Amino acid sequence: MTMIDTPLTGRVEGPAGPSHPADHAHGHDHGHHDSPTPLGFWIYLMSDCIIFGTLFATYAVLGYNYAGGPSPKDLFEPGFVLIETALLLISSVTFGVAMLRAEAGKLDGTSLWLIITAIFGAGFIAMELYEFRHLIHIGAGPDRSGFLSAFFTLVGTHGLHVTSGLIWLITLSVQLRIHGLTEANMRRLGTLSMFWHFLDLVWIGVFSFVYLVRLI
Amino acid sequence: MSTEVTHSPQETWSPLFGRLTLDWIPYHEPILVGTFAGVAIGGLIVLALMTYFRLWAPLWKNWVVSIDHKKIGIMYMVLGFIMFVRGFADAIMMRLQQALAAGGSEGYLPPHHFDQVFTAHGVIMIFFVAMAFITGIMNFVMPTQIGARDVAFPFLNNFAFWMTVAGALLVNISLFIGEFARVGWLAFPPLSGAAYSTGPGMDYYLWALQIAGIGTTLSGVNLLVTIFKMRAPGMKLFDMPVFTWTALCTNVLIVAAFPVLTVSLALLLLDRYVGTHFFTNDLGGNAMMYVNLIWIWGHPEVYILILPIFGVFSEVVATFSGKPLFGYKTMVWATMAIMVLSFIVWLHHFFTMGSGAAVNTFFGITTMIIAVPTGVKIFNWLFTMYKGNVRFEVPMLWTTGFIVTFVIGGMTGVLLAIPPVDFQLHNSLFLIAHFHNVIIGGVVFGVYAAVTYWWPKAFGFKLDDRIGKASFWFWFVGFYLAFMPLYALGLMGVTRRMQSYMDQAWQIYFVIALIGALCIFTGILLAFFNFFYSTINRKKLACGSDPWNARTLEWATQSPPAYYNFPEDVHVRGKDEFWRMKQEGFKWSGNYSPIHMPKNTATGVVLGAMALVFGFAMVWYIWWLAIISFVLMIGTVIAHTFNYNRDYYIPVSEIAEIESKGTVA
Amino acid sequence: MRRTLLRPWKILFALAMTVALSGCRYEVLFPSGWVAAQERNLLVISTVIMLIVVIPVVVMAVYFPWKYRSSRQDKTDYDPEFTHSNKIEVVVWGVPILIVIALGIFTAIYTYRLDPYRPLDYAGLENKDTPIEVEAVSLDWKWLFIYPQYGVASVNELAIPVDHPINLRLSSSTVMNTFAVPALAGMVYSMPAMETKLHMIADKEGTFESRSGHYSGPGFSKMTFQTISMSEGDFKGWIQKAAASNAPLTRTSYLQLEKPTIAEPVHYYSSVEDNLFDRVVGLCVEPGKVCMSTMMMQDKQGGGGLAGIKNKPAYEYDDERAIDSFGNPINEGAEPTESHDQEELSSLEVQRGTHVN
Repeated sequence: MTMIDTPLTGRVEGPAGPSHPADHAHGHDHGHHDSPTPLGFWIYLMSDCIIFGTLFATYAVLGYNYAGGPSPKDLFEPGFVLIETALLLISSVTFGVAMLRAEAGKLDGTSLWLIITAIFGAGFIAMELYEFRHLIHIGAGPDRSGFLSAFFTLVGTHGLHVTSGLIWLITLSVQLRIHGLTEANMRRLGTLSMFWHFLDLVWIGVFSFVYLVRLI
Repeated sequence: MSTEVTHSPQETWSPLFGRLTLDWIPYHEPILVGTFAGVAIGGLIVLALMTYFRLWAPLWKNWVVSIDHKKIGIMYMVLGFIMFVRGFADAIMMRLQQALAAGGSEGYLPPHHFDQVFTAHGVIMIFFVAMAFITGIMNFVMPTQIGARDVAFPFLNNFAFWMTVAGALLVNISLFIGEFARVGWLAFPPLSGAAYSTGPGMDYYLWALQIAGIGTTLSGVNLLVTIFKMRAPGMKLFDMPVFTWTALCTNVLIVAAFPVLTVSLALLLLDRYVGTHFFTNDLGGNAMMYVNLIWIWGHPEVYILILPIFGVFSEVVATFSGKPLFGYKTMVWATMAIMVLSFIVWLHHFFTMGSGAAVNTFFGITTMIIAVPTGVKIFNWLFTMYKGNVRFEVPMLWTTGFIVTFVIGGMTGVLLAIPPVDFQLHNSLFLIAHFHNVIIGGVVFGVYAAVTYWWPKAFGFKLDDRIGKASFWFWFVGFYLAFMPLYALGLMGVTRRMQSYMDQAWQIYFVIALIGALCIFTGILLAFFNFFYSTINRKKLACGSDPWNARTLEWATQSPPAYYNFPEDVHVRGKDEFWRMKQEGFKWSGNYSPIHMPKNTATGVVLGAMALVFGFAMVWYIWWLAIISFVLMIGTVIAHTFNYNRDYYIPVSEIAEIESKGTVA
Repeated sequence: MRRTLLRPWKILFALAMTVALSGCRYEVLFPSGWVAAQERNLLVISTVIMLIVVIPVVVMAVYFPWKYRSSRQDKTDYDPEFTHSNKIEVVVWGVPILIVIALGIFTAIYTYRLDPYRPLDYAGLENKDTPIEVEAVSLDWKWLFIYPQYGVASVNELAIPVDHPINLRLSSSTVMNTFAVPALAGMVYSMPAMETKLHMIADKEGTFESRSGHYSGPGFSKMTFQTISMSEGDFKGWIQKAAASNAPLTRTSYLQLEKPTIAEPVHYYSSVEDNLFDRVVGLCVEPGKVCMSTMMMQDKQGGGGLAGIKNKPAYEYDDERAIDSFGNPINEGAEPTESHDQEELSSLEVQRGTHVN
């Protein structure tokens, strides 16, 4: 979210002068440590966390209202979800590697690992879409029961977040090719990394409370 | 007078126009046609004048695309006042209807229209008037109070504003195309669900609030980070002015509570569009969940509105009493206590929905506990005046009016917090009187105090004193005339939202309330006249940068402040820094350095426009338009991220020139 | 300016006072039943307790700014350093806390005393052991009252014997409403698929205006009824009158009654089908629908499995109200709709459905 904004340091700067390049390419002496972006993004994530929290609560309330329809045991396949989970967890690791490459100043390595991350992320989304399609096909769509409404909405909201993460990731990869590992891009990479790991954490919640607990 | 229409348009759908047909244009409703003619003629006059005076380019360049927090703040206030006119027109319509429709008379509004009016009134007054006002005041005042040059994310600020405008426009479009919701301002399901609210009204409600809600949440994040990260060097949290503290707490509440609203409305949207079963009666839905969720947002929301207003009064009282605020630390802790407590009281909004004695007692008592920090605040304002040097300027008048009125509203609020009493007063006009008592007596009086207090800072001249005082008295008397009868009616057991009633003994009370509303109307007109009159006479009313002899940093800037606010960094050493600076003979050193500032951008307004189109298309099921506008929105955001050239440095020469022209008191 | 402004205000105030004092319409303050009287007592007690702090604050709010006005002659008492005082802090925290404690105690006592979910412990009541059971259902836009002990029912008229505790069970057929009888008990929500309770007692005979207090649609303002408290004998007569009405309330006639109407006249039912109210709460009056209680039991045991997917219609309940926003019936009676409109309507249903399937 905050990647669409340039933070304002708001301070009177030193003698840098008006010709100072705006992307802080060589502005490491100031600005970076003092950028409000990480905090802003973190607060945004907290509000997102409340969105997910509310959806989890909804699932807790409605999750047992099958309305004479199927329950998790009838619908979910543990193996399938496990692979899905693995894909997302691995994508988090590969993102970590991309960050390490970026901090080492290796542009090509960063790009490569970002692409690998995107592939795993896309795989996760593809599996989720397949699962949704299958459920809707057999008639267990979100309109069948309160349980399925809550399930589709919680998992779907997470999926939408991952999808926007993917769009962001692709956009940023292009921007990395254009501008390189500048301070602005490092900041963006950092926030995207926060976002990606956050989605991983949320998924662990989804995996545990939506699937795992309901299958035992 | 009554409308001719007695049937809803047929539900049809075409690929091109969705379910929008000509039948949905209410050209057969004289009231709406009249309103439309008025708005259209007024709008055309404004457009013509703007073209004649060649104001389009300056408007675009200096305001629409501006990321200056002060201008965005002022634009929020303009939005608030415009929507206030709309919301107040609804109020007058309701008062007139209820004054007429007694003893078998149907009045002039059929239920179909009356029910839209009371829904629109609530929605507009809370989301687009009160929220716009407090966001506007926080935007204008808070950054200057902490010695910042702008908010942390200036573009996001502009974007958030235009999303709020898009939501507001969507509500107003519903007036002339289709209809608005008929559900009450919080839209409890199942009534607001697909089965019992057909037609586009409810969808207007949902999309307008969702779009505006995005703006509010982003603005909350933004202002929060501004307070944490942008304070002038040396300013510790406990050096911040109380208004900034209240802004901090309010934005914490916004960030924590608005996501819950977003989710509840989103789930209702899914119920209506996808056929899910979150809040339906059947197939495992649970309407009580909506009631809980919406009030988990709704109760913090009233504190979101009132906390910054407490901050405004704190500044006003300290300034006009010629004393620092009494019990600064207590004030801060009381604010934080209210912030936390506001999350554990939501159930008091539905004691009568069948919860048991234990639950009701718990939530009743937690609610009463909030009265303690609120009471402490009132005492602190009183003791700030004590042994002070109280100047009775207009803002101080509003403050006194506020304390007297708010105490009464607080008392009736505690009465409603007592479950057995609530069994009598819930859904009665007593409840209506109570929350207008705190919202008008609190928020509206506070907004007027704030506008009068900071107007000289924003424009460089004071508002006329006599007109301001007249406006206050009309408001003050009008308020009591309009709402004391409602308290009385509540004690007679009269319930809310009635389009007509049989008991003619109630009528006189409604007539008095109508007279009160007209009295308030005069107060509003006087306030607008004051803006106009004072602007005409701005030379005569011109004042320096510090007309009230105030204590906080915003008064160290020029009036109006230069777009960078402060020519030099302020180094803060404690509370009321500006007061200290004045004691030491404050003057800028003239030793300027280039200032890092953001550039204006049109992305915010473009996104807002697309969101408006998207919302409209979704309301009317025009799927192709919805898809196109949504894709364009995403595309615009992505394109915006490719712009790395968003800031610049103001050269020293420019600062020196502006400062030499400015008036420093 | 001020003078011309005050005069009409004064006149209006005098007018308001005359109105306020004329007639005893303040049903909340002068109720006719024990439950409402308890609520009133608590209202008065709490107001008095709060006035202990409210009156001084209002006085201070007017006195302080006047006393310390800047135009005063003697400014020796001006003390800009006076910004903290532990004594004052103790008072401003202490007094409100004490008041809240007092209010809290009263709140707890009264809330438990009037809890609708336990029997009333009203010592002075002679007929304590013979409560009258009433099942109230809010329909679009009328009230149905079922008397299970007498096997009769009435629409838009609630008759009760004086001095008997009335145990109300409430539910709703489509949307939320509030059952509100200010003179006797106050209000409580009636909600579809849920059951709420309320107690009331009438201390004297009389007719009390009652209504729905929660907005529920176009017929809401006319969703009123009268609560009539009568002597034991009159009540017996009323029951007999209802029983003689020769209109049985069966599931079929309930479904007929359930259709939206505005300002339905009072009428009676001579008999009531067994468990009708439970079926209303369970959303299963209509034949072929599964009751909520059955559904919950089934769900507790793991739902209906994959085979249950196709049973969806048996759990569906919310149909579009057969009434438009102006209160006109849709598709039946009044306006014969043309056949192609019907087609369009059903194609719209398909349209809506396509997002899902």
